[in-house]
Amino acid sequence: MTLFQISEPGESPLPHARKRAIGIDLGTTNSLVATVRHGIAVVLPDSEGRPLVPSVVRYADGGVEVGYAAQAKATRDPANTIVSVKRLMGRGLDDLGDDRRYPYRFVEGQGMVRIATRAGVRTPVEISAEILKALRERAEASLGGAIDGAVVTVPAYFDDAQRQATKDAAALAGLTVLRLLNEPTAAAIAYGLDNASEGTYAVFDLGGGTFDISILRLTRGVFEVLATSGDTALGGDDFDHRVFCWALEQAKLPPLSGPDARLLMTRARDAKEMLTGHDAAPIDVELSVGSVEATLTPAVFSDITKTLVTKTMAPVKRALRDARLSPSDVKGVVMVGGATRMPQIRRAVAEFFGQPPLTNLNPEEVVALGAAIQANKLAGNREGDDWLLLDVIPLSLGLETMGGLSEKIIPRNSTIPVARAQEFTTFKDGQTAMSLHVVQGEREKVADCRSLARFELRGIPPMTAGAARIRVTFEVDADGLLAVSAREQTTGVAASIAVKPSYGLTDAEIARMLQESFAHAADDAQARALAEARVEADRIVAATEAAIAADADLLDDTERAAIDRALADVSARRDGYDRGELTKAVQALNDATAGFAAKRMDRGMARALSGRRVDALG
Amino acid sequence: MIDFSRNHFELFGLPARFRVDPGALERAYRDLQSDVHPDRHAAGSDAEKRLALQASARVNEAYRALQDPVARAEYLLHLRGVDVRTETDNALPVAFLTEQLERREDAEEAADAQDEPRLAALVEAVRADAARLQTEVEAALDAGDLERGRRRVRELRFLTKLVEDLDDMRVAVLDR
Repeated sequence: MTLFQISEPGESPLPHARKRAIGIDLGTTNSLVATVRHGIAVVLPDSEGRPLVPSVVRYADGGVEVGYAAQAKATRDPANTIVSVKRLMGRGLDDLGDDRRYPYRFVEGQGMVRIATRAGVRTPVEISAEILKALRERAEASLGGAIDGAVVTVPAYFDDAQRQATKDAAALAGLTVLRLLNEPTAAAIAYGLDNASEGTYAVFDLGGGTFDISILRLTRGVFEVLATSGDTALGGDDFDHRVFCWALEQAKLPPLSGPDARLLMTRARDAKEMLTGHDAAPIDVELSVGSVEATLTPAVFSDITKTLVTKTMAPVKRALRDARLSPSDVKGVVMVGGATRMPQIRRAVAEFFGQPPLTNLNPEEVVALGAAIQANKLAGNREGDDWLLLDVIPLSLGLETMGGLSEKIIPRNSTIPVARAQEFTTFKDGQTAMSLHVVQGEREKVADCRSLARFELRGIPPMTAGAARIRVTFEVDADGLLAVSAREQTTGVAASIAVKPSYGLTDAEIARMLQESFAHAADDAQARALAEARVEADRIVAATEAAIAADADLLDDTERAAIDRALADVSARRDGYDRGELTKAVQALNDATAGFAAKRMDRGMARALSGRRVDALG
Repeated sequence: MIDFSRNHFELFGLPARFRVDPGALERAYRDLQSDVHPDRHAAGSDAEKRLALQASARVNEAYRALQDPVARAEYLLHLRGVDVRTETDNALPVAFLTEQLERREDAEEAADAQDEPRLAALVEAVRADAARLQTEVEAALDAGDLERGRRRVRELRFLTKLVEDLDDMRVAVLDR
C-alpha cells in the first residue's frame, strides 16, 4: 500500500515499475481506449490504424464478434447484432418506450432487460463486457502485458443503476476499475490540462445516445464540477431516427422488417454525416417492400430535428441555474461527442452562450484521452502535474416516505464523496421491521423517480410507535455509487439489510456470469489471477516499506512487530503457486497496517492545516 | 483517520464565527481535499481507501455547511447548544408571515399573467430582505445574542426558500 503519500510531487518514495493504466470511453456508438505514453495521452488504434471500435456486438455461429466485423453484418443479422447497448444499461423493459425501435427479441421479466440471442439470453452488462474485453485485449497487445487498472467513463447524468451496470460490465471483462469518471469531466481534464485554462467552462457532450452538460470551474489545478445535467436518452441516434422516419414518410412505405429497418437506419446516418460539409445528401436504397429515393438538405434536416436541438437546451439552463451562473459567466464551451459536429447544434450553442464553441480537440477522442490521464494518475504513475478532481452526483437521492413522496437525503450536484444520515421512526406499536425504498430523481412523487433498491430492516426491538430511532445513512463514493445502511439507535442494535437492486444484477448473477466466462478460459484466468496477486503483493510490500521509512516514529514496538511479521509472511508466499494463501497474507498485511494508515492520514491532515495557517498568517 | 471530534471550523482552521472569509475557506477546503480525496489514495489498501472516503465526505460536509449562510448560522447555534431544527417554539412573527404570504400570492398572480418582470422584481425584493436579515444574523451571532440569532436565522431560512420558489416560478414563465 502507498499508505499516505506524503512525498513531494514528482518524487516517488520507491522506484517501481510503471503501471499499465488505460482510459476507456464506452460509448453508445463507438468506444475507444487510450493510455499515457511519455507523458502524452494517446488513443490506441487497432492493427489497421483505426482508433474507434464500433460499439456493436454480434453473437455469430462461431463465437462473438465485436466492432467493425459485427457492424458489417448488422443489417443481415439484426436480431443477434446488438448496437447502442449503452441505452439498455440498468434499464427495464418499461423504460424503453417503443421497443419496436429495436430489432431484438426481448425476454419478458423483471429487472434489467434481457435479449435472446443465438448464444442464449444476454444482459446489457454481458454485451457491454464483450466490447470492454475487446478494448482490454487491444490495450494488452499494445502495452505488452496485463492491464493494472482502468478508468471507465460514464455519462455524467447516468443514475446509480446505470453506473453500477457499467462497473459490473468492466469487472466481467476482467478489468480492475480505478474509477468511474463522468464523460464531460474527462473531456475537461484533457482539454484543461492541454490549454492550462483557468475560469468557468461548460462541457456540452452530445454522444450517440446520451447528452450531458457540465459546468466546471478550473482554478489552480483543481477541476471542480459546479453542476451537471443532461438526458440519458438523447443523442445522435435520435437524429438518425428522425431522418429515418422522414425518409420513410417521403417514400410512403409501410413499417419495415428488421433487416430493412437496419439498412435504412444506416443510410439515414450516412446522410446525416454527409451534411456536415455538404449541401445535400441523397438517400437511395432498395428495400424488400420498395425503394427509397430522397435528398436530405440542411434546411430539411434542421427542420425535422428542431425539437431535439431544443431538448438539449433545457438541461443547459438547468445546470447553469444550479451553478448560480448566467451564460455570460462561461468563459468557454467545450464540444464533446461526434454529434456536436452537426451545424445546427453548434449554432444553437453559439447563440445561447454568445460565443462560438471550442472545437480544437477531436470531439470523439477527448473523453478517452481524459480518462487515460486520470487512470495514469490513479495508478500511481506520477508525472509532474498535480491536480485534483471534484465531481458531483447528477440526481438527488432519497427515500420513499408516507404518501408515496420522496424525501431527499442527498440533493443533486452535491460534491462526492458524500455521506448523509437521517433519522426515521416506527409508526406502529411493536413494529419490528421497516421497509425502505431508495429512489433517485428530482420529482416529488416516488412514482416519477427511478427506483434504485428496496431494503428490509429487520430485528428492531418492539417499542411503542415513534420510540425507535432508525438512522439511515446514504454514502456516495467517488465513483458516484450509492451504499445505504440502517441502524436502530436507542438500543444500539444493528439490524441486517437485504439489498434487492430494482434494475441491477444481483451478486449471484454477476458471480454466475463470471463463472461462465471463466469456464472458457479457466487456466488462463487462474494464471492471470496469480500474476495479479503477485503484483498486488509486491505493491503492498513496497508501499509499506516506504511508509515505514517515512513515518516509523508513529509506530510502537508491538505495532511494528506485527507489521514486520505480516511483511515476512507475504514475502514467503510471493513465489509460491497458491493464490489463496498469498491473498490471505496480503489481506493480513492490509489489516496490520490499517491503524498505521490512519495515523499517517492524521499527520498529513495536520501538516496540510498547519501549512495553511502559516499561509493565512503570512 | 481525521479527527472527527473536531468541529467544521477547527477542521478548516477558521475562527468559529458567522463572518467567514470565503477565500480562506475555499483554500483550506482545497488543501484538505488535496490530501484526503479518494483519488489520492486510489492505489492504497482497502482500509486506506475507506478512510479516504470517510475523511473526504466529512470535509465536503463541513465545506457545504460553512459555505451556506443559513447552514452556517444553524451550525454555529448548534455548537453553542441551540438546536434550531428540533426547537418546539418555531413560530414566526405574524407580521413577517403575512408579508411573505402576500408576496407568494402576488407571485402566483404574476405567474398566471406570465408577467416575468413582476416576478423578477419580487425575487429581488425578497433577496434584498434576505441580505438585510443576514447582516442581522451576523451581528446577533457574533455578539453572542443566541436568542435573537435563533429568531433571525429562522426567518432567513424562510426567505431563502421563498427566493428559490419564486425564482422557480420566474424561470417556468420564461421557459413557457
